[in-house]
Amino acid sequence: MVIVGGGPAGLAAAAELRRRQVGRVLVLEREGEPGGIPRDCHHAGFGWPDLKRMMSGPAYARGCAARARAAGAEIWTESSATRWRGARTLQVTSPHGLFDVSGRAVLLATGCRERPRAARLVPGTRPAGVLTTGALQRIVHGARERAGRRAVVVGAEHVSYSAVHTLTASGTEVAAMITDLPRHQTYGPLAWLAAGRHGIPLLAQSELTRISGKGRVDGVEVTHRTTGATQSIACDTVVFTGDWIPDHELARAGGLAMDPGTRGPRVDASYRTSGPGVFAAGNLLHGAETAGIAALEGRASAAGIARFLADGAGWGAPVVPLSVTRPLVWISPNALGLPEAAPVDHPFVLRVAEFLRDETVDVRQGARILHRERFRALVPNRSIRLRGGWTRAVVADGGPVLISTASRPREGEAR
Amino acid sequence: MAAPFDVAVIGAGVVGAAVARALSAFDLRTVLIEAGPDVGTGTSKANTAILHTGFDAAPGSMEARLVARGYALMSAYAAEVGIPVEQTGACLVAWNEDEVVQLPVIEEKAAANGCRGLRRLSGDELYAMEPHLGPGARAGLLIPGEGIVCPFTAPLAMATEAVVNGVELRLDSRVTSMESDGSIHVLGCGPDPIAARYVVNAAGLQADTIEGLFGRHRFRVRPRRGELIVYDKMARRLLSHVLLPVPTKTTKGVLVAPTVFGNVLLGPTATDVDDKEDRSTTREGLEYVLAKGGRVLPALVNEEVTATYAGLRAATESSDYQIHFDPVLRYLCLGGIRSTGLSASLGIAEHAVELLAGPLPMTLKRDRKKVRMPPVGEGMVRAYEDASLIARDPEYGRIVCHCERVTAGEIRDALRSPVPARGLEGLRRRTRCLQGRCQGFYCLGGLVSLVARETGRPAAAFLEALA
Repeated sequence: MVIVGGGPAGLAAAAELRRRQVGRVLVLEREGEPGGIPRDCHHAGFGWPDLKRMMSGPAYARGCAARARAAGAEIWTESSATRWRGARTLQVTSPHGLFDVSGRAVLLATGCRERPRAARLVPGTRPAGVLTTGALQRIVHGARERAGRRAVVVGAEHVSYSAVHTLTASGTEVAAMITDLPRHQTYGPLAWLAAGRHGIPLLAQSELTRISGKGRVDGVEVTHRTTGATQSIACDTVVFTGDWIPDHELARAGGLAMDPGTRGPRVDASYRTSGPGVFAAGNLLHGAETAGIAALEGRASAAGIARFLADGAGWGAPVVPLSVTRPLVWISPNALGLPEAAPVDHPFVLRVAEFLRDETVDVRQGARILHRERFRALVPNRSIRLRGGWTRAVVADGGPVLISTASRPREGEAR
Repeated sequence: MAAPFDVAVIGAGVVGAAVARALSAFDLRTVLIEAGPDVGTGTSKANTAILHTGFDAAPGSMEARLVARGYALMSAYAAEVGIPVEQTGACLVAWNEDEVVQLPVIEEKAAANGCRGLRRLSGDELYAMEPHLGPGARAGLLIPGEGIVCPFTAPLAMATEAVVNGVELRLDSRVTSMESDGSIHVLGCGPDPIAARYVVNAAGLQADTIEGLFGRHRFRVRPRRGELIVYDKMARRLLSHVLLPVPTKTTKGVLVAPTVFGNVLLGPTATDVDDKEDRSTTREGLEYVLAKGGRVLPALVNEEVTATYAGLRAATESSDYQIHFDPVLRYLCLGGIRSTGLSASLGIAEHAVELLAGPLPMTLKRDRKKVRMPPVGEGMVRAYEDASLIARDPEYGRIVCHCERVTAGEIRDALRSPVPARGLEGLRRRTRCLQGRCQGFYCLGGLVSLVARETGRPAAAFLEALA
């Protein structure tokens, strides 16, 4: 078994596969240390969903690697999967050489990244001092440098507040946070801490429309989305946070079917991609969920992988796609391979584009309503978990499964 | 002051670097003076990276002659020193009847320029060659010789060859004054003035300023800004040729082109600006090229963008190059090299040597050192896939920039090369690090630490330098 990516999802899958008696489990990790993004997140808040304990990112990362190793998985660091050489064979570049690695099954767990400034098409000059949260955390905690004197943070979701924490703790003042949505999308206490304790204004319904400065950033222009009013903010650092995109290049290079909503590979509830013997799990499927959710997916994927390794079956059966309509943005997993070999006991992950209160989410196939679930609050950029269970009512010839909100079932276009 | 140089070349862009390289073949004392912190930091670094045949240049012009000659020289030179070049060919696409009738005119022009092998394409042939083209393409013209080239490696290779063959490279030296006694020119550029018997003006956007120092005012540089968008490697499968629009009287238009790094380039705009340093992108500019790109290759706009940038072409009131030699003044002007400089550079340099060789005695050196640039093009075997190289030195197996697959060994080499990288920006152009889709999300911190360790300088110095 070859696992590409030694972050929370890949390591959790490795540990669980070994627990299920899979003989040889190899994790390819391109960095010098396994653990994934939590390695650089020097704050608390990791471990609750999967371990029911709270700990810091680095401690969580070390724990993930230690459990995989203790279970008997091999972890090769500084080992990059650089090319497909067969359906389940990868070329690996490492200081130990250039070689091929084959598995009877492959799990892609390559994670995600934040969209940088260029991908968001923010105009202006190209000065130094424009970062993502990922780059910021590696500079502050890896290279032990202060990012700048005064920063503007683009985004107001969990990771944005993580960036604020990193900035303020390392001596950079945060001039403002900017979100295009009407309000922040994180937990109340985190937003309170930023606004109340650090006095950081949140500019809602606003966009960063220009970066200026030669050599180093000297300011940004912010435009209100509805009024069109602009304001200038002086700063020497801009941190783009969130707006996650799966690191899907290896998946696409392997010709796997992709989901247009998540931009990750399409998987069924057993985490099977369209490629026989190729599975995918974690934030590669949908951009950033918390490390704990990614780890739970990794662990859940091990069941299907172990079954496949035991009987080699599972591909060639009908695949029913799951589609969402606005204001839902995507669902993951986003297909069902029928029959799913086991009941789907883990939840699905959903995203919405706008704030909704007391909303019901419907799952239908044709005219049949398979599942209804009521949510007190749905928040964009936040994980929403839809219970499983209804999947056994899905039939192969009943057309696509549609997930929508009850108040606007047919609004917007189907994805 | 030190003994005068035989020749001072002002400007280490692709044209100045090519001239310095050409002069380094002779037993001359040559200095290459650059205002910026590195070779190729002006117009040379921000362009469309096309290797032009010159098929659409004005027949009989200096540009037509030197692009055609430069194209032939560059094709050979690139193979010799390892500059990434791919002869992809270009498809000129006509989208309406007015454009279709232009195609034979362009064909005739190409013939007049000595460019051969062009072929008319029906709509069906066009879609067979480029199946992702948007709907409505009527006909096309295939120019098989057109290609793409690495705009970073080309001037670096030339400057490196010049330096290893004895040319002195002075960076961070903006020429601000000139005094002359009739035989020796003294150029003021910071604390150490430079004396030289001959001066070559290859100052690009500042060519008119240097002209002024020599009492000449033959042209004025009015920068023409071009905004471009670079798409990620997943977009590369969408096209196999450079896709050109039918040019109008005023502009060559927005093209879509593969790059030698395996990306796709969309642009440029063409806006006259006053500020010679205003390389900012604009909302209108980016929206304009997006709209054009969406028509040519609809699938392109759903792909991820890895960079947006703006370059400034050194346009003048004339459409042709401004090449003037004053033997009495001992001054050679290579100005107004707009957007074809990369393709024409070696032709321009050859022409410059011919002009200088009249009054300036020069003999070829007996032995010249050759250079070989590190393989950064997608069409080459790169370090991370070179098994024997990794076996010899494991640092070539240690990938430090994952998106572009740049290894620690390549970073080290670039910091120690004859024209070394002095910061992350220089490393980016030499190795591709930080050019990729994550723009430093994963690798910036590690790279900063690595470079600080290699150079013994504090990490903060490199963060400031990154642009």
